[in-house]
Amino acid sequence: MMRNLIHNSKIDFMGLTRSTWIMSGALVILSLLILLIRGLNFGLDFTGGYIVEVGYPQAADLTVIREALATAQFPDASVQNFGSSQDVLIRMVPQEGADKALVSQRVIESLAGTTDGELDLRRVEFVGPQVGEALREQGGLAVLSALFAIVVYIWFRFEKKFSVGSVLALVHDVVITLGIFSLFQLDFDLTVLAAILAVIGYSLNDTIVVFDRIRENFRSMRRGSPAEVINTSINQTLSRTVITSLTTLLVLSCLLIFGGKIISGFALALIVGVVVGTYSSIFIASAAVLRLGITREDLMPVEKEGADQESVV
Amino acid sequence: MNKYPLWKYVLLAVVLLAGFLFALPNLFGDFKAVQVTPRDGQLDPSVRFTVVEALKEAGLSDVELREDDNRLLALFTRDDDQLKARDAIDNALESRQNIIAMNLVSAAPAWLRSFAKPMYLGLDLRGGVHFLMQVDMEATIKSAEERYVSDWRRDLREQRIRGVSVGHRNDRISARFRSAEQRDEMYEVFRRDAFDLDFDTREEGEFFYIDAKLTELAADEEKRAALQQNITTLRNRVNELGVAEPIVVQQGLEQIVIQLPGVQDPARAREILGATATLEYRLVEGTAADWYAAGNSGTAPAGSRLYTQRLDGAPILLSQDIIVTGDQIKDASSGIDQQSGTPAVFVNLDGKGARRMQAVTAENVGNLMAVVYIENLIDYKEVDGERVKVTERVEEVINSATIRDVLSHRFQTTGLGADEAANLALLLRAGALKAPVEIVEERTVGPSLGADNIRQGFLSAVAGLVLVLIFMAWYYRVFGLIAGAALVVNLILIVAVLSTLQATLTMPGIAGIVLTTGMAVDANVLIFERIREEIRAGSTVQKAIDAGYEKAFSTIADANITTLIAAIVLFSLGTGPIKGFAVTLSIGILTSMFTAILGTRALVNLVYGNKRGAKLAI
Repeated sequence: MMRNLIHNSKIDFMGLTRSTWIMSGALVILSLLILLIRGLNFGLDFTGGYIVEVGYPQAADLTVIREALATAQFPDASVQNFGSSQDVLIRMVPQEGADKALVSQRVIESLAGTTDGELDLRRVEFVGPQVGEALREQGGLAVLSALFAIVVYIWFRFEKKFSVGSVLALVHDVVITLGIFSLFQLDFDLTVLAAILAVIGYSLNDTIVVFDRIRENFRSMRRGSPAEVINTSINQTLSRTVITSLTTLLVLSCLLIFGGKIISGFALALIVGVVVGTYSSIFIASAAVLRLGITREDLMPVEKEGADQESVV
Repeated sequence: MNKYPLWKYVLLAVVLLAGFLFALPNLFGDFKAVQVTPRDGQLDPSVRFTVVEALKEAGLSDVELREDDNRLLALFTRDDDQLKARDAIDNALESRQNIIAMNLVSAAPAWLRSFAKPMYLGLDLRGGVHFLMQVDMEATIKSAEERYVSDWRRDLREQRIRGVSVGHRNDRISARFRSAEQRDEMYEVFRRDAFDLDFDTREEGEFFYIDAKLTELAADEEKRAALQQNITTLRNRVNELGVAEPIVVQQGLEQIVIQLPGVQDPARAREILGATATLEYRLVEGTAADWYAAGNSGTAPAGSRLYTQRLDGAPILLSQDIIVTGDQIKDASSGIDQQSGTPAVFVNLDGKGARRMQAVTAENVGNLMAVVYIENLIDYKEVDGERVKVTERVEEVINSATIRDVLSHRFQTTGLGADEAANLALLLRAGALKAPVEIVEERTVGPSLGADNIRQGFLSAVAGLVLVLIFMAWYYRVFGLIAGAALVVNLILIVAVLSTLQATLTMPGIAGIVLTTGMAVDANVLIFERIREEIRAGSTVQKAIDAGYEKAFSTIADANITTLIAAIVLFSLGTGPIKGFAVTLSIGILTSMFTAILGTRALVNLVYGNKRGAKLAI
């Protein structure tokens, strides 16, 4: 027979909105506060600076490396293991004076004496401060323009109230995801920004599925208050919502576990975003539509209804 | 009854077959190749012969050779062999006529290669160097405006107006007059044929000024030309470096992206690409006594300029007129001067330069001629707490010698170190940069990290796929298997589309594919849940299937279009790896709509379409 994780659920989601709105509101405010106080731990892409990643034949001695770098006039270099005890990541802020592009060269040269074996130069990155600044602006702009484009699309496809609801949910998701990155001071680089945009895409995907059903049910259910219609719609789509989130989380966990350090921030941002996004499509987007006073009349098709409307209930 | 017309099955079969064929080359992996490309574009049979001989001598017999696109490839499976072969071929072939580079080429059989290529791997997967160069547009505009300074001086001479100071100050050309009449007179003269300038007049204290700037239109044209010429020069230089499949493209209005796959030595690449070194030839003026007098006072007599000599830092005076500049050098090579045994640059002038050189040297036999080595260095300095960019122009006399004979188009210059001579020859061959460039971003990925990235990306993609397949088969049984089949086909199609478009696959791109795997089943989940609802509501099996697909469709379309919008925004944000993510995500969304709706429906129809009253395993 059918396997069911969720079957015939009759949860009164809209009845829960008071507590969930308080919770979400608190989370959003908390996230904003954390962002304000701790800020984001911007990665090299946004700050500019240097990264040198080297692989040692044996476990690397970080103290020796720090000393070698200090001798070479890089006392501010941050040295840490990256992924394994053999991999070392060296980070530096932009240096004043000197030929920018040559700094990484000098770092590599100064490391030569830190091992008897051969160093494996895995990655060298240099980003000029002007590039980082431009990227920060572009990044913010990208998130805003994505939100804008989506508002327009939903307004066009659905209705103004849905448009507002979905954007509220998206802002909620983005702020909380950013808040978590700020709280744990996780590296915020370009791939994480890409993940944030993907979160917007995903969360919206979820929201639209619910909205679609709400619209359909408003048109087909003759009875029931808007709250009841929305509740029914969410319950009907709940199984799908949970399963899709589950499969997405499955692949993202694989990416987090097997994908390596470079992609882990991306995977983490999406995992947070998918969880928050699933929650928000129900409790923020749909609840907002209700609060904005959606009525059956808002959603009636312009053409004369009747012939092509099937009755589901 | 749920039946698809035959044409839909045919369409699906064709798409599946095409997808499979175009994705196939990716299964064969790569050969490590040494690539020989003749500079004139014509592959000479003798090159092949020389290469075979050289490889034999290096102990590499039975090497597979391949010729395509006017390049000769020697194919290897081991890194060591490739390196050995590169050195052997490099020694045997004239590098002036051939570009010798290491490359990765598809190991797919010839019939497959004739129409399909494997995916193009980004630098983060194959290793290599990425540079982002900022073209110094301020300097470009300034030098364009400075050209007018000498025009103005000439006009003033012709009009016999004296005591006017002309110069380029505060981002504009400026002429300072003592009287308003003279100023107004020259205002008309200057304006006569300077359509590219915006003019302005002002008075300050006892002086009267004419100011001029390039018009916005002219400035834009100047910038565009500088960028284009820099790209050409950088392409030439990259070719000189011997890099296979380099990319040199414009980004925005002031930046140039350079990608050098497989290059492991960014230091050398950086040195060559950013270099501005060039030469100038000038006559020497005065005697040693004059030089030291000028050196001590710091001012040069009229008609001459003060330089320092590289050898001992001593001052020297050279004529203000240049005989020949680096732009007029057509070809150059480095070697050893037969007489002195020191490194030398052998220079070949173009027609105009040769005529001028001939005329000047004919008149000056017995006099001294000097070679000036010019280099622009960019640096940042802290001035009043602000970072200010300083371009420093270093001009040194590397050699001065008595003109013994009339020189024409071919001659040589000594006075440099061996490496410097080799680099200078290369730079002279490739042409000068019209505007100074600065490297503002550099990313080097070593081959080991590239290989790790591929392995980890592949592993997470496969692990994700397997988990989703298992879950779907468990939860939706036969329908889950069908959705799983569609998912596998979807992956094949994504790879096929990426290969056909030759879009760059990056690590974030792989992440996009993995994410798509998770999200692509969403369409099927939506459909299957609908079918279940219909069945629960008492619908017949066939009706339930039809209604499930029907009703889910608009939801699927809406949901995917919005994700697509986010992906397009991401693409337009577009720096390298992120673009890769946006591309795979978009392709994945489109192909998954096809496989998850059309593909699964075809299979469902095939399995259940004819069974009246059957029970669905869903």
